[in-house]
Amino acid sequence: MARPAGSRQRWTMLALVAPAVGVLLIWMIVPLAMTIYFSLQRFNILYPERFGFVGFRNFQILLNDPLFWSSMGRTLILVGASLAVTVILGIVLALVMEREFPGRSIARLMALAPFFVMPVVAALVWKNMLMHPVYGLLSWLTSSLGLPVVDWLQNWPMTSIVIIVAWQWTPFAMLVFLTSLQSMPEEQKEAAWLDGANPLQMFFSIILPHLSRAITAVVMIESIFFLSIFAEIFTTTGGGPGQASTTLTYIIYARAFLEWNVGSASAGGLFAVVLANIVAILLIRMVARNMQNPEKFG
Amino acid sequence: MKRTGLGTALLGHGLAFVMFFPILWMLLTSFKTEIDAFSMPPVLFYEPTLSSLNDVFARGSYSKFVTNSVITALGSTILCLLFAVPAAYQMSFHPSKRTNGTLLWMISTKMMPAVGVIMPIYLTFQYLGLLDTLLGLTLIFFLMNLPLAVWMLYTYFKEIPGEILEAARVDGAGVVEELRFILLPASIPGIASTALLCTILAWNESFWSLQLTAVDAAPLTVFIASFKAAEGMFWAKMSGASMLAIGPIVVLGWMLQRHLVRGLTFGAVK
Amino acid sequence: MKLHSLAAALAVTLLSGTAFAQETRLTIATVNNPDMIVMQKLSTEYEKENPGIKLDWVVLPENELRTKVTTDIATKAGAYDILTIGTYEVPIWGKLGWLTPFEEIPGDYDIEDVFPLVRTALSVEDKLYAIPFYAESSFLFYRKDLFEQAGIEMPEQPTWAQLEEWAAKLHDPANNVYGTCQRGLPGWGENMAIVGSLANTFGARYFDEEWRPELTSPEWKEAVTFYVNLMQNYGPPGAATNGHLENRTLFAAGNCATWVDATSAAGYMFNPAESKVVDTVAFANAPIGTVPNGNHWLWSWALAIPSTSPDAEEAKKFVYWATSKDYIQMVAKENGWAAVPPGTRKSTYDEAEYIKLPFAQKTLDAMNTADPTKATAKPVPYVGITFATIPEFQAVGTEIGKAVAGALAGQTSVDEALETAQSASDRIMQEAGYY
Repeated sequence: MARPAGSRQRWTMLALVAPAVGVLLIWMIVPLAMTIYFSLQRFNILYPERFGFVGFRNFQILLNDPLFWSSMGRTLILVGASLAVTVILGIVLALVMEREFPGRSIARLMALAPFFVMPVVAALVWKNMLMHPVYGLLSWLTSSLGLPVVDWLQNWPMTSIVIIVAWQWTPFAMLVFLTSLQSMPEEQKEAAWLDGANPLQMFFSIILPHLSRAITAVVMIESIFFLSIFAEIFTTTGGGPGQASTTLTYIIYARAFLEWNVGSASAGGLFAVVLANIVAILLIRMVARNMQNPEKFG
Repeated sequence: MKRTGLGTALLGHGLAFVMFFPILWMLLTSFKTEIDAFSMPPVLFYEPTLSSLNDVFARGSYSKFVTNSVITALGSTILCLLFAVPAAYQMSFHPSKRTNGTLLWMISTKMMPAVGVIMPIYLTFQYLGLLDTLLGLTLIFFLMNLPLAVWMLYTYFKEIPGEILEAARVDGAGVVEELRFILLPASIPGIASTALLCTILAWNESFWSLQLTAVDAAPLTVFIASFKAAEGMFWAKMSGASMLAIGPIVVLGWMLQRHLVRGLTFGAVK
Repeated sequence: MKLHSLAAALAVTLLSGTAFAQETRLTIATVNNPDMIVMQKLSTEYEKENPGIKLDWVVLPENELRTKVTTDIATKAGAYDILTIGTYEVPIWGKLGWLTPFEEIPGDYDIEDVFPLVRTALSVEDKLYAIPFYAESSFLFYRKDLFEQAGIEMPEQPTWAQLEEWAAKLHDPANNVYGTCQRGLPGWGENMAIVGSLANTFGARYFDEEWRPELTSPEWKEAVTFYVNLMQNYGPPGAATNGHLENRTLFAAGNCATWVDATSAAGYMFNPAESKVVDTVAFANAPIGTVPNGNHWLWSWALAIPSTSPDAEEAKKFVYWATSKDYIQMVAKENGWAAVPPGTRKSTYDEAEYIKLPFAQKTLDAMNTADPTKATAKPVPYVGITFATIPEFQAVGTEIGKAVAGALAGQTSVDEALETAQSASDRIMQEAGYY
């Protein structure tokens, strides 16, 4: 080899890493630049002849639209409620599934399964077979208990969507917490036990602190996914009734594919990008800290 | 200290049953007749029939949706590995000053909400003639999963002891030999898990597939979503189609469960 | 066309070894209404007669179809060769050059037999851009057995106030009979078809002469309040998710005493396999409110060919086949005269068998009296009865439809709903540059 080692090293580095970096760079920059550009135009594909620069008009109209703000609020409710439910149920499930009992591995598999169900299927099963006001299993259950029948998706659209989302994502939380619990030193628990701690004290003074990082990870990763929930709303309520389940993602979708208003959809899209990035920066910080001292993680 | 009691077992199986119930109910419904699927109170004991599954298969288009799902999921996974393995290899074994930054930047691309860039992608695809093509959908799935794949592989490669490579290098092995004879065998489990995760995510993806396909390239998600409007209500058929769509993925997921956390949390929890 | 279909074609050619036996594939997007399902079924005949043609069907509910088809044609994506669209889209898209005009129509097709009224609605400057598959107006479906039992006599021209009275009298949810069924599913072609025509006849209009939306007017409030009360008091449960098809099924199953909807659904009620009301259904004019204008609509589901289709000539041949006299004869033979696509051909109404059906003459009368240029009492800048023929209306109508459905489901009050609809419509018109 005539070339010096350092240069060769750099070339292999480039050859191996550059393709992945390159495609991701294109994937990120090109659409984002286009979104910014479109957000400054009057651009509706139904009347292409009226295309033209409108400055910040799209943003101005968007920010003055009460629907935009209410859908932003619903997005936060959806994310917040789903997070709370999945984390709490996830911890409960993880604590139970961590203990040894006959058939535990089967029970774990059963509890994990919903996570692999495609969102469209999950939404349809809940919408039709469980929450349907006439033929749904839940309505049969409530009416045979003598309770009034609830038309879930019409009367409680956001609650219903949170239930569906939580059903899909609780297994994920459970799995992360299980992983974390399994790395917990046995002696720590034993010591506490010998000190005469009751289960509740055990949980709050030992288990919860140990889980804190796993909880942070679950919260941030789920937030990213929850912010862009689409299929569940699309297949169940279509954002309704009225606007009752229209979230930020759904309103942008509606602007793009029900109004074909590229300008407005792009302006809204930029808000979604900003919102996701706020969460993402926190997540990336945490992962970065982990890269520096990995052994701290459980 | 870990005591097993009847209580724990009951609680564990009870909770698991509740979580699994919607899937179980779908499974049961898929073997019912349409009339049984609707009857109230629900029919628990019935003569199982394959009629709804047969109907699903008889709808000739069903096989097309499955084929599309298989092609895009596998295609994107292969692409992912082709791009991610070299990058992850380089970054974990020959890290440079920029490695950490590059890795973190990669996660950040994963955080971009699809809805924020849907219009540009749609119009670009239209311009390039990629709308409603398998190639287009495969590309999207590939780009969507690439950051996860790099990260997951990176954390696996990190765990392979460096000494093996040192030894090989002393023997005069080049990068290619290193990859082929030493690294690949040692990292097969990691690569397999990464591939499984990519396949699952691509298979279940629904935003892009609903927006970017119409007829030719529509995968199973689109087929199942078409049941959302109750054109008559074919719940048995819907269940049958859904079972066939999620069955293989749930099995893959079970196989992957140990490795899943690492991939989905970017190595933050393992 | 597309990379992969090219590859697929290549593969097929290689496998079959018959390099020159080209097969033309036509992708047809259509609505999941029963008449179109019949067309899909009978089209196997067409494939048999034309071995070089393979038909691919995409059958979707109305709302989904509109979303897909509009996106596809506006971006010139070209996924479909034949579209099922209506009197709203055809003039707009025809003018934009998005559709292939039907010229030099073969003589044996007898285009003069197609009602001029419908042809005009599908033409721009005398060029025909779509061929009607069926055409319709709206009228009142009611159950004459229930009306007789209750001693109600149907007047020549019923009013909405009367309809409410009758609905109250006949509403019997314990026996699964609801006083009235009307569309509630949001969508400009779903609930807005009925709410729009109801609003017209209450004197309301979508836009004033300056194109400013007028949805918070007293007339709109009165109309929507009336509709919401009517449906909440005497409608079936879950009405806010019932569209045309769901109501059609409910009425045919004998669950509704009254229903105002498309005349094209009348034939379905005479199919003993699907309907329990064969002997008890009757028809009357669509009810009116304070003014007679715009109480019934004019619509046609028509087949059009996007200008992107590479196989326009083959596509046209199929369209001619599916709308021909022979096709109508074929449906009549297979499913009876009541099931033939209505409202398009004079020759259909010349059939003695057909014209004696109780809805046939009424359909014609309703179509002939629907006047898209005088939709309501006040002057309007637009043409169209339940819609305005401008590209922005899809968005406006969708927003109003959503808001009204929200009020129907009880999520918001009528006033809130109309305010939401008003601000959304105002935004859409502003963004479009009307003012």
